[in-house]
Amino acid sequence: MSPAEIRLTDLTVSHARRPAVHHLSGRFAPGSLTAVVGPNGAGKSTLLRALAGLHRPDAGRIEGAAGQIALLPQATALDRAFPIGCLDVVLFGLWGGSGAFRAISRAGRERARAALVAVGLEGFERRPVGSLSVGQFQRVLFARLLLQDAPVILLDEPFNALDARTAADLLAMVHRWHGEGRTVVAVLHDLEMVRREFPQALLLARDCLGWGPTAEVLTAANRLRARMMAEAWAAEPEPCERRDAA
Amino acid sequence: MGCLALSVAAPPLGVFLMLRRMSLTADVLGHGILPGVAAGFLLAGLSLPAMAAGGLAAGLAVAVGAGALSRATGGREDASLAALYLVALASGVAMVSWRGGAVELTNLLFGSVLGVDDAALLLMAGSATVTLAVLALAWRPLVLECFDPGFARAVGARGALWHMAFLALVVLNLIAAFQALGTLMAVGLMMLPAIAARHWARQVGGMAYASVAIALASAWGGLLLSFHADVPSGPAVVLAAGAAWLVSTLLGPVDGLLARLWRRPHLAG
Repeated sequence: MSPAEIRLTDLTVSHARRPAVHHLSGRFAPGSLTAVVGPNGAGKSTLLRALAGLHRPDAGRIEGAAGQIALLPQATALDRAFPIGCLDVVLFGLWGGSGAFRAISRAGRERARAALVAVGLEGFERRPVGSLSVGQFQRVLFARLLLQDAPVILLDEPFNALDARTAADLLAMVHRWHGEGRTVVAVLHDLEMVRREFPQALLLARDCLGWGPTAEVLTAANRLRARMMAEAWAAEPEPCERRDAA
Repeated sequence: MGCLALSVAAPPLGVFLMLRRMSLTADVLGHGILPGVAAGFLLAGLSLPAMAAGGLAAGLAVAVGAGALSRATGGREDASLAALYLVALASGVAMVSWRGGAVELTNLLFGSVLGVDDAALLLMAGSATVTLAVLALAWRPLVLECFDPGFARAVGARGALWHMAFLALVVLNLIAAFQALGTLMAVGLMMLPAIAARHWARQVGGMAYASVAIALASAWGGLLLSFHADVPSGPAVVLAAGAAWLVSTLLGPVDGLLARLWRRPHLAG
Protein backbone atom coordinates (compact mmCIF):
# COMPACT_ATOMS: atom_id res chain seq x y z
CA MET A 1 0.00 0.00 0.00
CA SER A 2 1.41 3.34 -0.98
CA PRO A 3 0.94 6.38 1.23
CA ALA A 4 -1.54 9.10 0.43
CA GLU A 5 -0.59 12.75 0.48
CA ILE A 6 -1.16 14.34 3.89
CA ARG A 7 -2.58 17.84 3.65
CA LEU A 8 -2.76 20.27 6.54
CA THR A 9 -5.11 23.20 6.16
CA ASP A 10 -4.86 26.10 8.64
CA LEU A 11 -4.17 23.58 11.42
CA THR A 12 -4.14 24.81 15.01
CA VAL A 13 -3.58 22.43 17.94
CA SER A 14 -3.58 23.73 21.52
CA HIS A 15 -2.88 22.74 25.09
CA ALA A 16 -5.47 24.42 27.33
CA ARG A 17 -6.20 26.98 24.58
CA ARG A 18 -2.53 27.94 24.18
CA PRO A 19 -1.66 27.06 20.61
CA ALA A 20 1.25 24.68 20.20
CA VAL A 21 0.83 24.45 16.44
CA HIS A 22 -0.56 27.68 15.01
CA HIS A 23 -2.26 28.06 11.61
CA LEU A 24 -0.08 25.51 9.85
CA SER A 25 -0.82 24.74 6.21
CA GLY A 26 1.13 22.53 3.88
CA ARG A 27 1.56 19.01 2.61
CA PHE A 28 3.68 15.93 3.18
CA ALA A 29 4.13 14.48 -0.29
CA PRO A 30 3.76 10.69 -0.63
CA GLY A 31 7.12 9.06 -0.05
CA SER A 32 8.76 12.22 1.28
CA LEU A 33 11.36 12.22 4.05
CA THR A 34 10.88 15.27 6.27
CA ALA A 35 12.63 16.46 9.41
CA VAL A 36 10.62 18.61 11.80
CA VAL A 37 12.96 20.98 13.63
CA GLY A 38 12.52 23.80 16.08
CA PRO A 39 13.25 24.71 19.68
CA ASN A 40 11.67 22.99 22.69
CA GLY A 41 8.03 23.90 23.05
CA ALA A 42 7.69 24.67 19.35
CA GLY A 43 4.85 22.20 18.83
CA LYS A 44 6.79 19.45 17.08
CA SER A 45 5.55 16.55 19.19
CA THR A 46 2.07 18.05 19.26
CA LEU A 47 2.03 18.11 15.48
CA LEU A 48 2.96 14.42 15.30
CA ARG A 49 0.36 13.52 17.90
CA ALA A 50 -2.28 15.44 15.96
CA LEU A 51 -1.28 13.64 12.76
CA ALA A 52 -1.60 10.31 14.56
CA GLY A 53 -5.07 11.26 15.79
CA LEU A 54 -4.04 11.43 19.45
CA HIS A 55 -4.67 15.16 19.85
CA ARG A 56 -7.78 16.79 18.46
CA PRO A 57 -7.12 19.97 16.44
CA ASP A 58 -8.74 23.18 17.64
CA ALA A 59 -9.15 24.44 14.14
CA GLY A 60 -8.21 23.50 10.63
CA ARG A 61 -8.04 20.10 8.97
CA ILE A 62 -5.74 17.13 8.52
CA GLU A 63 -6.54 15.09 5.44
CA GLY A 64 -5.15 11.84 4.19
CA ALA A 65 -3.62 10.66 7.45
CA ALA A 66 -6.34 8.48 8.94
CA GLY A 67 -5.54 4.83 9.32
CA GLN A 68 -2.13 4.74 7.70
CA ILE A 69 0.13 6.08 10.43
CA ALA A 70 2.57 4.45 12.83
CA LEU A 71 3.95 6.74 15.55
CA LEU A 72 7.11 6.27 17.57
CA PRO A 73 6.61 8.39 20.70
CA GLN A 74 9.43 9.89 22.74
CA ALA A 75 11.14 7.10 24.63
CA THR A 76 10.63 8.70 28.02
CA ALA A 77 6.86 8.27 27.75
CA LEU A 78 7.02 4.53 28.44
CA ASP A 79 7.19 2.50 31.64
CA ARG A 80 10.30 0.45 31.05
CA ALA A 81 9.99 -1.42 34.34
CA PHE A 82 6.94 -3.23 32.98
CA PRO A 83 7.40 -7.01 33.15
CA ILE A 84 7.13 -7.90 29.50
CA GLY A 85 9.46 -9.58 27.03
CA CYS A 86 10.88 -8.02 23.87
CA LEU A 87 9.06 -10.33 21.49
CA ASP A 88 5.71 -9.52 23.09
CA VAL A 89 6.35 -5.80 22.68
CA VAL A 90 7.20 -6.29 19.02
CA LEU A 91 4.10 -8.45 18.52
CA PHE A 92 1.90 -5.53 19.54
CA GLY A 93 2.89 -4.11 16.16
CA LEU A 94 0.49 -6.65 14.64
CA TRP A 95 -2.46 -5.09 16.45
CA GLY A 96 -3.83 -3.59 13.25
CA GLY A 97 -4.29 -7.11 11.87
CA SER A 98 -4.88 -9.12 15.02
CA GLY A 99 -6.93 -6.72 17.10
CA ALA A 100 -7.70 -7.59 20.67
CA PHE A 101 -8.76 -11.18 20.21
CA ARG A 102 -7.62 -12.82 17.00
CA ALA A 103 -4.86 -15.36 17.28
CA ILE A 104 -1.40 -14.38 16.11
CA SER A 105 -0.32 -16.66 13.32
CA ARG A 106 2.96 -18.47 13.13
CA ALA A 107 3.88 -16.21 10.23
CA GLY A 108 3.26 -13.20 12.47
CA ARG A 109 5.61 -14.61 15.09
CA GLU A 110 8.22 -15.26 12.46
CA ARG A 111 7.91 -11.67 11.26
CA ALA A 112 8.37 -10.44 14.81
CA ARG A 113 11.52 -12.55 15.20
CA ALA A 114 12.81 -11.33 11.87
CA ALA A 115 12.14 -7.74 12.94
CA LEU A 116 14.19 -8.25 16.09
CA VAL A 117 17.00 -9.66 13.98
CA ALA A 118 16.69 -6.70 11.60
CA VAL A 119 17.24 -4.23 14.42
CA GLY A 120 20.23 -6.21 15.66
CA LEU A 121 18.61 -7.87 18.66
CA GLU A 122 18.84 -11.53 17.73
CA GLY A 123 18.27 -13.77 20.75
CA PHE A 124 16.51 -11.06 22.76
CA GLU A 125 13.02 -12.58 22.32
CA ARG A 126 12.45 -13.43 25.97
CA ARG A 127 14.53 -10.69 27.57
CA PRO A 128 12.41 -8.44 29.83
CA VAL A 129 12.43 -4.86 28.59
CA GLY A 130 13.55 -3.72 32.03
CA SER A 131 16.97 -5.28 31.43
CA LEU A 132 17.59 -3.40 28.17
CA SER A 133 19.70 -0.31 27.71
CA VAL A 134 18.10 2.83 26.30
CA GLY A 135 19.48 2.06 22.85
CA GLN A 136 18.32 -1.55 22.88
CA PHE A 137 14.85 -0.48 23.95
CA GLN A 138 14.68 2.00 21.09
CA ARG A 139 15.66 -0.84 18.74
CA VAL A 140 12.75 -2.88 20.10
CA LEU A 141 10.36 -0.03 19.36
CA PHE A 142 11.75 0.22 15.83
CA ALA A 143 11.09 -3.51 15.44
CA ARG A 144 7.50 -2.87 16.48
CA LEU A 145 7.29 -0.16 13.78
CA LEU A 146 8.59 -2.70 11.27
CA LEU A 147 5.71 -5.00 12.14
CA GLN A 148 3.14 -2.25 11.91
CA ASP A 149 4.18 -1.91 8.29
CA ALA A 150 2.45 1.48 7.97
CA PRO A 151 2.69 3.64 4.86
CA VAL A 152 3.34 6.73 6.97
CA ILE A 153 5.85 6.63 9.84
CA LEU A 154 6.17 9.41 12.41
CA LEU A 155 9.25 9.43 14.67
CA ASP A 156 9.43 11.70 17.72
CA GLU A 157 13.08 12.35 18.57
CA PRO A 158 14.06 8.82 17.57
CA PHE A 159 17.81 9.23 18.13
CA ASN A 160 17.81 10.97 21.49
CA ALA A 161 20.37 9.65 23.97
CA LEU A 162 21.61 7.03 21.54
CA ASP A 163 25.24 6.26 20.82
CA ALA A 164 26.58 6.84 17.31
CA ARG A 165 26.38 3.18 16.30
CA THR A 166 22.75 2.74 17.34
CA ALA A 167 21.74 6.04 15.78
CA ALA A 168 23.45 5.05 12.53
CA ASP A 169 21.72 1.64 12.49
CA LEU A 170 18.31 3.17 13.10
CA LEU A 171 18.94 5.95 10.60
CA ALA A 172 19.69 3.28 8.01
CA MET A 173 16.28 1.84 8.77
CA VAL A 174 14.69 5.24 8.22
CA HIS A 175 16.37 5.41 4.79
CA ARG A 176 15.16 1.91 4.04
CA TRP A 177 11.56 3.01 4.73
CA HIS A 178 12.14 6.05 2.53
CA GLY A 179 13.46 3.80 -0.21
CA GLU A 180 10.34 1.62 0.07
CA GLY A 181 8.23 4.67 -0.77
CA ARG A 182 6.86 5.31 2.71
CA THR A 183 6.29 8.82 3.99
CA VAL A 184 8.59 9.44 6.97
CA VAL A 185 8.39 12.44 9.29
CA ALA A 186 10.94 12.73 12.12
CA VAL A 187 11.31 15.29 14.89
CA LEU A 188 15.02 15.97 15.28
CA HIS A 189 17.37 18.29 17.13
CA ASP A 190 20.64 17.35 15.44
CA LEU A 191 20.74 19.93 12.63
CA GLU A 192 23.89 18.43 11.15
CA MET A 193 22.09 15.16 10.69
CA VAL A 194 19.05 16.93 9.23
CA ARG A 195 21.21 18.71 6.63
CA ARG A 196 23.02 15.50 5.76
CA GLU A 197 20.20 12.98 5.72
CA PHE A 198 16.82 14.67 5.29
CA PRO A 199 15.84 16.24 1.95
CA GLN A 200 12.81 18.09 3.36
CA ALA A 201 12.51 20.13 6.54
CA LEU A 202 9.75 21.87 8.44
CA LEU A 203 10.86 24.56 10.88
CA LEU A 204 8.30 25.09 13.60
CA ALA A 205 8.06 27.63 16.38
CA ARG A 206 4.34 27.36 16.97
CA ASP A 207 4.03 29.17 13.65
CA CYS A 208 5.61 27.62 10.61
CA LEU A 209 8.82 29.42 9.64
CA GLY A 210 9.69 27.39 6.62
CA TRP A 211 8.73 24.16 4.92
CA GLY A 212 10.57 22.83 1.92
CA PRO A 213 14.03 21.76 0.83
CA THR A 214 16.25 21.56 3.90
CA ALA A 215 18.93 23.97 2.72
CA GLU A 216 16.36 26.71 2.12
CA VAL A 217 14.58 26.21 5.42
CA LEU A 218 17.49 25.92 7.82
CA THR A 219 19.00 29.37 7.37
CA ALA A 220 20.56 31.14 10.33
CA ALA A 221 17.98 33.93 10.16
CA ASN A 222 15.10 31.48 10.29
CA ARG A 223 16.54 29.64 13.26
CA LEU A 224 17.01 32.85 15.21
CA ARG A 225 13.41 33.82 14.55
CA ALA A 226 12.31 30.38 15.68
CA ARG A 227 14.11 30.75 18.99
CA MET A 228 12.50 34.14 19.70
CA MET A 229 9.00 33.05 18.74
CA ALA A 230 8.96 29.81 20.69
CA GLU A 231 9.93 31.58 23.87
CA ALA A 232 7.36 34.33 23.55
CA TRP A 233 4.61 33.83 26.11
CA ALA A 234 2.02 36.53 26.59
CA ALA A 235 0.61 36.77 30.11
CA GLU A 236 -2.94 37.49 29.03
CA PRO A 237 -3.38 36.79 25.33
CA GLU A 238 -6.56 37.67 23.48
CA PRO A 239 -8.40 35.00 21.50
CA CYS A 240 -6.68 34.63 18.14
CA GLU A 241 -8.48 36.46 15.32
CA ARG A 242 -6.23 35.33 12.51
CA ARG A 243 -7.82 33.77 9.46
CA ASP A 244 -5.35 32.50 6.92
CA ALA A 245 -6.46 31.93 3.39
CA ALA A 246 -6.34 28.18 2.89
CA MET B 1 -14.24 -23.62 48.73
CA GLY B 2 -15.34 -20.06 48.31
CA CYS B 3 -11.94 -18.76 49.23
CA LEU B 4 -10.35 -21.03 46.66
CA ALA B 5 -12.58 -19.56 43.97
CA LEU B 6 -11.63 -16.08 45.13
CA SER B 7 -7.98 -17.00 45.21
CA VAL B 8 -8.03 -18.06 41.59
CA ALA B 9 -9.70 -14.97 40.21
CA ALA B 10 -8.73 -11.98 42.30
CA PRO B 11 -4.90 -12.05 42.33
CA PRO B 12 -4.40 -11.70 38.55
CA LEU B 13 -6.49 -8.54 38.79
CA GLY B 14 -4.20 -7.45 41.58
CA VAL B 15 -1.21 -7.97 39.31
CA PHE B 16 -2.66 -5.55 36.77
CA LEU B 17 -3.61 -3.07 39.48
CA MET B 18 -0.05 -3.15 40.78
CA LEU B 19 1.42 -2.73 37.30
CA ARG B 20 -0.80 0.26 36.68
CA ARG B 21 0.33 1.77 39.96
CA MET B 22 -3.24 1.52 41.15
CA SER B 23 -2.70 -0.49 44.33
CA LEU B 24 -4.31 2.32 46.25
CA THR B 25 -7.31 2.32 43.94
CA ALA B 26 -8.12 -1.24 44.91
CA ASP B 27 -8.13 -0.20 48.52
CA VAL B 28 -10.45 2.67 47.76
CA LEU B 29 -12.80 0.41 45.86
CA GLY B 30 -12.79 -1.97 48.81
CA HIS B 31 -13.90 0.81 51.07
CA GLY B 32 -16.18 2.20 48.41
CA ILE B 33 -18.43 -0.84 48.36
CA LEU B 34 -19.07 -0.50 52.09
CA PRO B 35 -21.75 2.23 51.96
CA GLY B 36 -23.57 0.27 49.27
CA VAL B 37 -23.42 -2.92 51.31
CA ALA B 38 -24.55 -0.97 54.35
CA ALA B 39 -27.46 0.51 52.43
CA GLY B 40 -28.48 -2.98 51.38
CA PHE B 41 -28.21 -4.05 55.01
CA LEU B 42 -30.39 -1.15 56.16
CA LEU B 43 -33.10 -1.89 53.62
CA ALA B 44 -33.20 -5.65 53.77
CA GLY B 45 -31.17 -6.83 56.73
CA LEU B 46 -28.45 -9.41 56.24
CA SER B 47 -29.65 -10.44 52.80
CA LEU B 48 -27.00 -11.29 50.29
CA PRO B 49 -28.71 -10.06 47.10
CA ALA B 50 -29.50 -6.68 48.61
CA MET B 51 -26.03 -6.16 50.04
CA ALA B 52 -24.31 -7.40 46.88
CA ALA B 53 -26.40 -5.18 44.65
CA GLY B 54 -25.78 -2.18 46.87
CA GLY B 55 -22.08 -2.89 46.97
CA LEU B 56 -21.89 -3.34 43.22
CA ALA B 57 -23.63 -0.03 42.59
CA ALA B 58 -21.48 1.83 45.10
CA GLY B 59 -18.26 0.23 43.89
CA LEU B 60 -18.92 1.07 40.26
CA ALA B 61 -19.89 4.60 41.22
CA VAL B 62 -16.61 5.05 43.10
CA ALA B 63 -14.61 3.48 40.26
CA VAL B 64 -16.09 5.83 37.68
CA GLY B 65 -16.26 8.77 40.06
CA ALA B 66 -12.67 8.68 41.27
CA GLY B 67 -11.19 8.85 37.78
CA ALA B 68 -13.68 11.44 36.56
CA LEU B 69 -13.27 13.57 39.67
CA SER B 70 -9.51 13.79 39.43
CA ARG B 71 -9.65 14.54 35.71
CA ALA B 72 -12.38 17.15 36.08
CA THR B 73 -10.94 19.01 39.06
CA GLY B 74 -7.33 18.74 37.95
CA GLY B 75 -6.38 17.48 41.39
CA ARG B 76 -3.98 14.64 41.99
CA GLU B 77 -5.66 11.30 41.70
CA ASP B 78 -4.28 9.90 44.94
CA ALA B 79 -5.68 12.85 46.87
CA SER B 80 -9.20 12.40 45.50
CA LEU B 81 -8.92 8.69 46.19
CA ALA B 82 -7.91 9.21 49.80
CA ALA B 83 -10.78 11.64 50.29
CA LEU B 84 -13.27 9.23 48.73
CA TYR B 85 -12.26 6.27 50.78
CA LEU B 86 -12.37 8.09 54.09
CA VAL B 87 -15.87 9.35 53.33
CA ALA B 88 -16.97 5.91 52.15
CA LEU B 89 -15.63 4.12 55.19
CA ALA B 90 -17.13 6.62 57.61
CA SER B 91 -20.55 6.65 55.99
CA GLY B 92 -20.61 2.87 55.73
CA VAL B 93 -19.74 2.37 59.39
CA ALA B 94 -22.24 5.02 60.44
CA MET B 95 -25.03 3.40 58.42
CA VAL B 96 -24.39 -0.08 59.80
CA SER B 97 -24.07 1.12 63.38
CA TRP B 98 -27.31 3.03 63.09
CA ARG B 99 -29.42 -0.11 62.78
CA GLY B 100 -27.18 -3.05 63.51
CA GLY B 101 -24.96 -3.95 66.39
CA ALA B 102 -21.27 -4.43 66.81
CA VAL B 103 -21.50 -8.03 65.63
CA GLU B 104 -22.96 -7.12 62.26
CA LEU B 105 -20.39 -4.37 61.88
CA THR B 106 -17.52 -6.73 62.58
CA ASN B 107 -18.94 -9.28 60.19
CA LEU B 108 -19.28 -6.77 57.38
CA LEU B 109 -15.88 -5.21 57.90
CA PHE B 110 -13.86 -8.32 58.60
CA GLY B 111 -15.92 -11.23 57.36
CA SER B 112 -17.09 -14.45 58.85
CA VAL B 113 -16.77 -17.73 57.07
CA LEU B 114 -19.72 -19.13 58.97
CA GLY B 115 -21.88 -16.53 57.26
CA VAL B 116 -21.06 -18.01 53.87
CA ASP B 117 -24.09 -19.91 52.62
CA ASP B 118 -24.89 -21.56 49.31
CA ALA B 119 -25.88 -18.31 47.68
CA ALA B 120 -22.62 -16.66 48.67
CA LEU B 121 -20.68 -19.67 47.39
CA LEU B 122 -22.49 -19.44 44.08
CA LEU B 123 -21.70 -15.76 43.88
CA MET B 124 -18.01 -16.41 44.50
CA ALA B 125 -17.80 -19.24 41.99
CA GLY B 126 -19.77 -17.24 39.46
CA SER B 127 -17.64 -14.15 39.78
CA ALA B 128 -14.47 -16.20 39.59
CA THR B 129 -15.70 -17.82 36.39
CA VAL B 130 -16.65 -14.52 34.82
CA THR B 131 -13.37 -12.94 35.88
CA LEU B 132 -11.21 -15.69 34.46
CA ALA B 133 -13.15 -15.76 31.21
CA VAL B 134 -12.90 -12.00 30.74
CA LEU B 135 -9.23 -11.98 31.72
CA ALA B 136 -8.46 -14.70 29.21
CA LEU B 137 -10.29 -12.78 26.48
CA ALA B 138 -9.02 -9.34 27.35
CA TRP B 139 -5.47 -10.27 28.26
CA ARG B 140 -3.87 -8.66 25.24
CA PRO B 141 -5.63 -5.28 25.38
CA LEU B 142 -5.11 -5.12 29.14
CA VAL B 143 -1.39 -5.72 28.88
CA LEU B 144 -1.08 -3.22 26.03
CA GLU B 145 -3.12 -0.58 27.84
CA CYS B 146 -0.91 -1.03 30.92
CA PHE B 147 2.39 -1.01 29.09
CA ASP B 148 1.87 1.62 26.45
CA PRO B 149 -1.44 3.49 26.63
CA GLY B 150 -0.30 5.95 23.97
CA PHE B 151 0.33 3.17 21.47
CA ALA B 152 -2.98 1.56 22.44
CA ARG B 153 -4.76 4.76 21.52
CA ALA B 154 -2.79 5.21 18.34
CA VAL B 155 -3.79 1.78 17.03
CA GLY B 156 -7.38 2.30 18.17
CA ALA B 157 -7.38 -0.32 20.90
CA ARG B 158 -10.08 1.42 22.97
CA GLY B 159 -7.98 1.36 26.11
CA ALA B 160 -10.42 3.33 28.23
CA LEU B 161 -13.17 0.83 27.55
CA TRP B 162 -11.00 -2.07 28.63
CA HIS B 163 -9.94 -0.15 31.66
CA MET B 164 -13.54 0.33 32.78
CA ALA B 165 -14.34 -3.33 32.17
CA PHE B 166 -11.31 -4.19 34.24
CA LEU B 167 -12.39 -1.95 37.13
CA ALA B 168 -15.84 -3.54 36.98
CA LEU B 169 -14.16 -6.94 37.40
CA VAL B 170 -12.28 -5.63 40.42
CA VAL B 171 -15.52 -4.45 42.02
CA LEU B 172 -17.22 -7.75 41.22
CA ASN B 173 -14.47 -9.68 42.96
CA LEU B 174 -14.54 -7.45 46.00
CA ILE B 175 -18.29 -7.98 46.25
CA ALA B 176 -17.90 -11.71 45.98
CA ALA B 177 -15.24 -11.66 48.66
CA PHE B 178 -16.82 -9.43 51.26
CA GLN B 179 -18.99 -12.08 52.85
CA ALA B 180 -16.08 -14.34 53.61
CA LEU B 181 -13.35 -11.80 54.15
CA GLY B 182 -15.16 -8.58 54.96
CA THR B 183 -15.14 -5.37 52.96
CA LEU B 184 -11.93 -4.11 54.51
CA MET B 185 -10.04 -7.34 54.03
CA ALA B 186 -11.28 -8.40 50.61
CA VAL B 187 -8.62 -6.22 48.99
CA GLY B 188 -5.93 -8.11 50.86
CA LEU B 189 -6.44 -11.36 48.99
CA MET B 190 -6.30 -9.38 45.74
CA MET B 191 -3.25 -7.20 46.32
CA LEU B 192 -0.91 -9.04 48.67
CA PRO B 193 -0.45 -12.15 46.51
CA ALA B 194 0.01 -9.90 43.49
CA ILE B 195 2.67 -7.84 45.21
CA ALA B 196 4.37 -10.98 46.46
CA ALA B 197 4.24 -12.52 42.97
CA ARG B 198 6.47 -9.73 41.68
CA HIS B 199 9.35 -11.50 43.39
CA TRP B 200 8.74 -14.83 41.66
CA ALA B 201 8.32 -13.97 38.00
CA ARG B 202 9.67 -11.53 35.44
CA GLN B 203 6.73 -11.44 33.06
CA VAL B 204 3.06 -10.64 33.45
CA GLY B 205 1.84 -14.15 32.75
CA GLY B 206 4.18 -15.73 35.26
CA MET B 207 3.20 -13.15 37.85
CA ALA B 208 -0.45 -14.00 37.41
CA TYR B 209 0.21 -17.72 37.96
CA ALA B 210 2.45 -17.08 40.93
CA SER B 211 -0.09 -14.75 42.50
CA VAL B 212 -2.80 -17.41 42.22
CA ALA B 213 -0.58 -20.01 43.86
CA ILE B 214 0.28 -17.66 46.70
CA ALA B 215 -3.36 -16.71 47.17
CA LEU B 216 -4.47 -20.34 47.31
CA ALA B 217 -1.87 -21.13 49.94
CA SER B 218 -2.76 -18.01 51.94
CA ALA B 219 -6.46 -18.75 51.86
CA TRP B 220 -5.85 -22.30 53.05
CA GLY B 221 -3.46 -21.27 55.80
CA GLY B 222 -5.58 -18.31 56.81
CA LEU B 223 -8.75 -20.33 57.20
CA LEU B 224 -6.93 -22.92 59.31
CA LEU B 225 -5.61 -20.11 61.48
CA SER B 226 -9.07 -18.58 61.72
CA PHE B 227 -10.61 -21.89 62.78
CA HIS B 228 -8.01 -22.90 65.35
CA ALA B 229 -7.16 -19.50 66.82
CA ASP B 230 -10.71 -18.16 66.59
CA VAL B 231 -9.93 -14.92 64.75
CA PRO B 232 -12.19 -13.48 62.05
CA SER B 233 -11.51 -15.09 58.70
CA GLY B 234 -10.68 -11.89 56.83
CA PRO B 235 -7.73 -10.78 58.93
CA ALA B 236 -6.52 -14.36 59.22
CA VAL B 237 -6.38 -14.84 55.45
CA VAL B 238 -4.81 -11.44 54.92
CA LEU B 239 -2.23 -12.15 57.61
CA ALA B 240 -1.37 -15.40 55.87
CA ALA B 241 -1.03 -13.51 52.58
CA GLY B 242 1.07 -10.94 54.38
CA ALA B 243 3.37 -13.68 55.61
CA ALA B 244 3.65 -14.95 52.04
CA TRP B 245 4.54 -11.44 50.93
CA LEU B 246 7.20 -11.14 53.62
CA VAL B 247 8.73 -14.45 52.63
CA SER B 248 8.65 -13.46 48.97
CA THR B 249 10.32 -10.14 49.63
CA LEU B 250 13.06 -11.89 51.55
CA LEU B 251 13.56 -15.02 49.51
CA GLY B 252 12.05 -14.34 46.10
CA PRO B 253 14.45 -14.88 43.21
CA VAL B 254 13.50 -11.59 41.50
CA ASP B 255 14.70 -8.58 43.49
CA GLY B 256 14.42 -10.44 46.78
CA LEU B 257 16.36 -9.02 49.71
CA LEU B 258 18.35 -12.18 50.25
CA ALA B 259 19.34 -12.36 46.61
CA ARG B 260 20.60 -8.84 46.97
CA LEU B 261 22.57 -9.51 50.14
CA TRP B 262 24.04 -12.75 48.92
CA ARG B 263 26.57 -11.28 46.55
CA ARG B 264 27.52 -13.73 43.91
CA PRO B 265 30.39 -12.93 41.58
CA HIS B 266 29.34 -10.98 38.54
CA LEU B 267 29.03 -12.74 35.23
CA ALA B 268 31.54 -12.63 32.45
CA GLY B 269 29.26 -11.05 29.88
